[in-house]
Amino acid sequence: MQLVIEPGFASANYWRDLWRYRELMYFLAWRDVAVRYKQTVIGVMWALIRPALTMVVFVLFRRLMGNPSTGVPDPVLVLAAVLPWQFFSAALTETSASLLGNTSLISKVYFPRLIIPVSAIATAFVDFAITLGMLAVLMAWYGMAPAPSLVALPLFIAMTALLSLGLGLLIGALSVRFRDFRYVVPFMVQLGLFVSPVAFTSSQVPERWRAVYSLNPLVGLIDGFRWSILGGAAPLDAASVAMSAAVTAAFVWIGVKYFRRVERGFADVI
Amino acid sequence: MSGAIVAVESLGKRYRLSHQQPEPYLALRDVLASALAAPARWYRGRGHDITTAEDFWALKDVSFTIAPGEVVGVIGRNGAGKSTLLKVLSRITDPTEGRVTLRGRVASLLEVGTGFHPELSGRENVFLNAAILGMTRAETARKFDEIVAFAEVERFLDTPVKRYSSGMYVRLAFAVAAHLEPEILIVDEVLAVGDVEFQRKSLGRMRDVSRSGRTVLFVSHNMAAVQALCSRAIWLEKGTVAFAGPVDETVSRYLAEAGSRSRRGTGHAVQLGQDLEVSRFEISPNPIESGGRAEVVLGFKAKAATRMTELAILIYSAAEARVAVIDLRGSLPAGMTAGETWTLHGWIESLPLVEGDYQVGLGVRASGFVGDKPGLVELRVAAAPRPGDHAPYHPQYRGIVELKFGVHS
Repeated sequence: MQLVIEPGFASANYWRDLWRYRELMYFLAWRDVAVRYKQTVIGVMWALIRPALTMVVFVLFRRLMGNPSTGVPDPVLVLAAVLPWQFFSAALTETSASLLGNTSLISKVYFPRLIIPVSAIATAFVDFAITLGMLAVLMAWYGMAPAPSLVALPLFIAMTALLSLGLGLLIGALSVRFRDFRYVVPFMVQLGLFVSPVAFTSSQVPERWRAVYSLNPLVGLIDGFRWSILGGAAPLDAASVAMSAAVTAAFVWIGVKYFRRVERGFADVI
Repeated sequence: MSGAIVAVESLGKRYRLSHQQPEPYLALRDVLASALAAPARWYRGRGHDITTAEDFWALKDVSFTIAPGEVVGVIGRNGAGKSTLLKVLSRITDPTEGRVTLRGRVASLLEVGTGFHPELSGRENVFLNAAILGMTRAETARKFDEIVAFAEVERFLDTPVKRYSSGMYVRLAFAVAAHLEPEILIVDEVLAVGDVEFQRKSLGRMRDVSRSGRTVLFVSHNMAAVQALCSRAIWLEKGTVAFAGPVDETVSRYLAEAGSRSRRGTGHAVQLGQDLEVSRFEISPNPIESGGRAEVVLGFKAKAATRMTELAILIYSAAEARVAVIDLRGSLPAGMTAGETWTLHGWIESLPLVEGDYQVGLGVRASGFVGDKPGLVELRVAAAPRPGDHAPYHPQYRGIVELKFGVHS
């Protein structure tokens, strides 16, 4: 086995290295999950309380605003959107903070740096899986069965993960050099909740603004989640899903590209 | 060239130093402010060009080769580029120019316990840390018992490491690292951990590793450890190779150079109040071998009529603990008139200090000055060659005084 280190050397076998280091990715993900639930009194309950409370508030909000009925119980309608939203926001928060949270690793050990943000999605995913169980219980309570379109759910989960990864790579890499970007994510997450169709549905957005609204990649994703779970009761606009896919792909491309360009300098500036 | 397991050719690493930034990263605020101030420059240049940047070559034109099975020490002062070299060889940072060819699996150990998480148990941390150092899970599982036995923490395996004593913590961390089995091992000053007993074990382990035919690159400030473990040494100075050769020759050249650079004595007069100055204070040789005899020359000049009633040479450790006092009250001159000089020639029979840097000062009581004047001479004590098969412990663990000991047979 021969390894040549030259300026710009990493590009040659980067993806092979990434594969070789997959166990480390698993261990880092496992560490984050394990640490998250150690020293918490109610442990897993935390993963349930946040979406549950968000759902309750938004359901009350819908009642107060007199939103039109969709034929789906409000709690299910809202929770089906809170789910992907919280997955996205948690994954984005974790990935974008992951590099600065692993400074000592980056400055002392070599491995493809992509491992850090990718493994950071794991905790968000675990919480997401738990909340998904909560949705199943809630639907059973209302006597609802998932629609056949449920088979499309993994696709939307993957898209959500990719979108948060793409954005997280970009913001995470930027915040290594410009520490200001740490403040961008909480702001995005706070604002995003209100401009995404969580408390309402995209069909409530006036027709002529629909195309512009779909530029928010979360619109297609959240609508996709609702449609996967509720079927025809939450009609899906293919155009907005296509837009989400395009925006997601763009962010992943930009994120990976930028990350790869700057990662070799991380150890020098972090 | 061929046959070398590590080949380094014209390696260079440049850092940009910027005069405004205390931290290497930037705040967006600065970039924006500077962009507003100089839009054209922002347009042309990239983000880091906004402050006056100065190139600093941490490594420049470094070339060497290492044959398989060689154990090579890297020595040099702080800031000479040793850590940068290891970081480039470990692929943590990119070289700016040149190339390195590594023919074998590399493991590098720049720190013990990288990635240890305080909330996780000892067992969990072993697996995590091993993965970080590049071991597979199967490999770790196979060596797990050995690692735990080496670290002597069997009873605390399921305790979070935050409850470990610092000794247990470093023992476990070193144990994981010590069980890496790469073809090329890159080690930074990591033997300086743990208590004396564990130090001995760690050094022994390092020796086993080096005798097992593995190639080792070992950075240390501990010349005795370098001499004990390595066959060859590379001396880095200001980012370039100052000398490379057999370990003993390299170390002695390095020490000689380090000694000639350090302050042998007061080059200029040091004032002791209005009436008196220290015109000369020399200790030779400097650096001095531990246990060796030191010649001392101490000169005073009176600027006004004065009389010293007390005089003592004070020796301090690097940590500023007072190591010894040489009381000179019995050798003082009577009174001194203005312009009169007085010089004392003496010697210290044996200076049995542990190698390291010491400060020598004076304690004086005279008319016009009463007090201590520390830091007049920087005295470097070098390790004396020692008989026997054991490498000495790290100086950090050997206290201050080197005692001679004999065994009745």
